[in-house]
Amino acid sequence: MRHGKYPFVIGFLFVPVALYVTFVIAPYAQAFQISMTNWRGLSAPQWVGFDNYRRLLDDGSFWKAVQHHGVLLLALPLITIAIALFFAFLLNVGGRSSGGQRQGVWGSKFYRVVFFFPQVLAVAIIAVLFQMVYRPNESGLINGVLMKLGFDPVLFLIRPNLALWSIIAVLIWQAVGFYVVLFSAGMASIPGEIYEAAEMDGATKVTLFFRVTLPLLWDTLQVAWVYLGIAAFDAFAIVAVLSVDSGGPDGATTVLAMEIYRNAFVYSKYGYASAMGVALFFLTLTFAALTLRLSKRESVEY
Amino acid sequence: MSITPEHPAALDRRTVLRRAAAVGMLATPAIGLLSACATSGDDGNNEQASGGTKSATNPLGVKEDAPIEVVIFNGGYGEKYATDVHEPLYKKAFPKSEVKHQATQAVSTVLQPRFASGNPPEFVNNSGEKFLDFGALVNDGQLQDLTELWDAPSVDDPSKKVRDTIIPGVVEQGMFSTADGQRKPFVLYYVSTVYGIWYSGKLFKDNGWTAPTTFDQFKALCEQIKAKGITPYGYAGANAAYYQWNVILSQAAKIGGPDVLKNIDNLEDGAWQQDAVKQAAEAWAEIGAKYSDKSFEGLKHTDVQLRQNQGKVAFYPSGDWLENEQKKDTPAGFTYQLMPVPSLTASDKLPATAIRAAGGEGYFVSSKSKNPRGGMEYMRQMLSKAGARGFTETVGAATVVPAGSEGFQFPPGVASAQAALKAAGKDVFNMLFDNWYKELDTEARTATNELMFGRIKADAFVERIQKRADAIKKDTSVTKFKR
Repeated sequence: MRHGKYPFVIGFLFVPVALYVTFVIAPYAQAFQISMTNWRGLSAPQWVGFDNYRRLLDDGSFWKAVQHHGVLLLALPLITIAIALFFAFLLNVGGRSSGGQRQGVWGSKFYRVVFFFPQVLAVAIIAVLFQMVYRPNESGLINGVLMKLGFDPVLFLIRPNLALWSIIAVLIWQAVGFYVVLFSAGMASIPGEIYEAAEMDGATKVTLFFRVTLPLLWDTLQVAWVYLGIAAFDAFAIVAVLSVDSGGPDGATTVLAMEIYRNAFVYSKYGYASAMGVALFFLTLTFAALTLRLSKRESVEY
Repeated sequence: MSITPEHPAALDRRTVLRRAAAVGMLATPAIGLLSACATSGDDGNNEQASGGTKSATNPLGVKEDAPIEVVIFNGGYGEKYATDVHEPLYKKAFPKSEVKHQATQAVSTVLQPRFASGNPPEFVNNSGEKFLDFGALVNDGQLQDLTELWDAPSVDDPSKKVRDTIIPGVVEQGMFSTADGQRKPFVLYYVSTVYGIWYSGKLFKDNGWTAPTTFDQFKALCEQIKAKGITPYGYAGANAAYYQWNVILSQAAKIGGPDVLKNIDNLEDGAWQQDAVKQAAEAWAEIGAKYSDKSFEGLKHTDVQLRQNQGKVAFYPSGDWLENEQKKDTPAGFTYQLMPVPSLTASDKLPATAIRAAGGEGYFVSSKSKNPRGGMEYMRQMLSKAGARGFTETVGAATVVPAGSEGFQFPPGVASAQAALKAAGKDVFNMLFDNWYKELDTEARTATNELMFGRIKADAFVERIQKRADAIKKDTSVTKFKR
């Protein structure tokens, strides 16, 4: 092992590191460089220093997008995790116990498959699907029923204060299935004896959930929170396909990726779009660092 | 060929500049190559065919035996119109010349190396998803100044200049500023596009309605239509709001004359706050509030167009590609009809017949090719009555040469558009700001939805777009255009 150890290791590392540097690090670095220019994709870029960043400060669309990420960042992880935890609990330990084995509610195997369905669909397909669901007239899935019953249609994607929440609902619908599976796996590794002991001491299901399941699942929750947080900084595909007027009405559903796309590929302002990209990069990084720090807590050994 | 706002590339066949932004990425390598050519200095490839003798049949002085190479974008219009109509016409005029034909679906892929090596083809149909950026070509001096062509006598009537045989505004549309600040015509836009408000001839006939020419008539008719349980007017807010700013600005042009639009295109101070624009916005906001449907904001253009085909919507604004686009969904006897935007006041500067029309599908002659005069002559033949007629018969679309479409049996919608264009005479206007400044287009779309679906008033509408126009004017990274 001592002989030729380093050549061996380096040989293995070289290719992946080279690939990573070429396709991940270099484009990042380039984005930083381009964000300091007024490049419009055609003639040679001119260096403009921090001009693009200064312009970001009073760009209404940019701040609207940042604000929406704030809402997404709170709503998406909280609601998704809450629903996923609830479902996972019911599917795994919510039912009666037989022979000392905790069981899910009746039909849990079926539900498990059904919950995972949205995860299998491509995001673009989900967006197109929800176009049908949210359609504001009699051919919409929801409004068709409402109008048959004599109600006025709900303008899901059109009313400025409803549009973002309609988008968030789709994101949650799509994400829940994955986290149900993730939490199920986590719950499966919690020893049954702990539940048994707690039950013998007279704990209700609610107590079981908050005093046994939740603490023992902390690591998994933390992972879920970071994942969903990063997802909250994206949301591009759903917004681009589903929203009215690409992030509208009047920017009511826009996100940073949408603004980056618009500035780069519609306005050909690659420099300015890169500046937004750099801003997004730091926002995401800050979020991940903060989450990992704040949620640091000694995990329970079992 | 279906033209949909979802596929800007397809739409922009008509308004080619717009694509410059969208395919900026694709165009980048082209620029690299072009500038490589520019920096490599003159490549000594200038043994251009020296002029032949000018005569009545050869006003551009083409050398009679010089060959010419024609490159056609093989897209929605195919290549048959070139091989079967235009090339034979050229051959007939210059039997000694050899016409070399090439068709491609990727113009820039095929031609970049040719431009870079200083051996470009004489005549190019620069269109499709991979078209060469016109601005970059102009900057590099690759395009032939077409002034001589426009001033040459036309094929059919030597007493008329070529520029007088085509619909007004088309020459201007193909004008670009050169590096030394001069504006010259470089591009020929050949296919005619007419914009207006569409309705079903059958629906109107069955109900005894006639197309209104004044705004008061229009509102009165909307009232009647509404009473019938039909939504009088609608456009798709989700992705086609620009169909509606087109209506508002057409209205403004009628009220205040075509200069209103010129000021907007030229980013003049306060251009959007001109009275005409404000009045037009006010008038249409009322239509939106009273005679449209709130749910249309969430629909795509195809949804609303389908509803019109189903008889649920009476008026729909669009260009004359609409009939072809809706071919599959249009019930028999629907009879698409176009009406110009109705006059708002009695003191309107333009008559009720005035209409927005523009050219699409760009063609140019390479100045650094061996036989640029031959290229221009090819254009002159294209613009002859026979050339235009042949194109129309082959592809079923009207050209910018009105004489070529005369008497041709167009489908009812295109026919009504052509009739409206003819009735408009000299009162034809156009706007270019959306091609030049995408940001302004985006802002106008958003503001139009806000206005038409009742969230803002006309004052706020013009104010917010003006704000964006001012910002673009100040932005030094944006190339400015003038007309």
